[in-house]
Amino acid sequence: MWIYEKKLQYPVRVSKCDPRMAKFLIEQYGGADGELAAALRYLNQRYTIPDKVIGLLTDIGTEEFAHLEMIATMVYKLTKDASPEQLKEAGLGAHYADHDRALFYHNAAGVPWTAAYIQAKGDPIADLYEDIAAEEKARATYQWLINMTDDVDLQDSLKFLREREIVHAQRFKEAVEILKADRETKKIF
Amino acid sequence: MENQAPLGEHYYRLLQQLQEIDFVLVELNLYLDTHPDDLNALKQYNDFALKRQEVSCEFEKHYGPLMHFGHSYSAYPFQWVNTPWPWQV
Repeated sequence: MWIYEKKLQYPVRVSKCDPRMAKFLIEQYGGADGELAAALRYLNQRYTIPDKVIGLLTDIGTEEFAHLEMIATMVYKLTKDASPEQLKEAGLGAHYADHDRALFYHNAAGVPWTAAYIQAKGDPIADLYEDIAAEEKARATYQWLINMTDDVDLQDSLKFLREREIVHAQRFKEAVEILKADRETKKIF
Repeated sequence: MENQAPLGEHYYRLLQQLQEIDFVLVELNLYLDTHPDDLNALKQYNDFALKRQEVSCEFEKHYGPLMHFGHSYSAYPFQWVNTPWPWQV
């Protein structure tokens, strides 16, 4: 069951209207290594993962929706005052033609989100290694996004998100160790 | 639909306080997910959970419900539908 809390996990400020940056940020909204992929991946894997690790997948999966909301807020704030002309100049013409300023689940290149971005192998080690990789890819993406903007306020929120990926990867690595330890103890009769 | 008055310094200060406590709670929660036997972490978790109640109560008293589905109370008329929503803050 999900409950929604009416506040962002971490504040999002932008210093200027910047639809060009919004176009790149969408990568973490509807992209392969983005927050939607992360949330759906973990929340789906958790149904068949060993008991000891279900809590972790549920919690990180839930936190990813909070991050999705932060990305949405960034895009919203960066585009809300842009004219159709400005959006076109920023490379968002195709998006505007289809969606106006509405957000949508596609990546920076306009490729729509697909379940092909995620996997649930049913094998816990395979699933967790995918999760670790996903966190590392997301962390790297946030670094590239930080590199692309000089907006200090925006960078602050992106740095928060980057740090969260590092912590998530760490927790998944611990989950692997927990499962390995369990496999070891089961061998002893 | 009644909209909030312009948000002042008190709103942002209280919101940040709550976000800071909630951040600690998320961090501790994830840590405890893989370290359920860490008693100190668990004590911290419960301490912050209590502190959270106090701050969120204060916040909601001034600015309305943070949660839906009965996890927060509401004055009349139903406050949940009011702005600002998080991306409008």
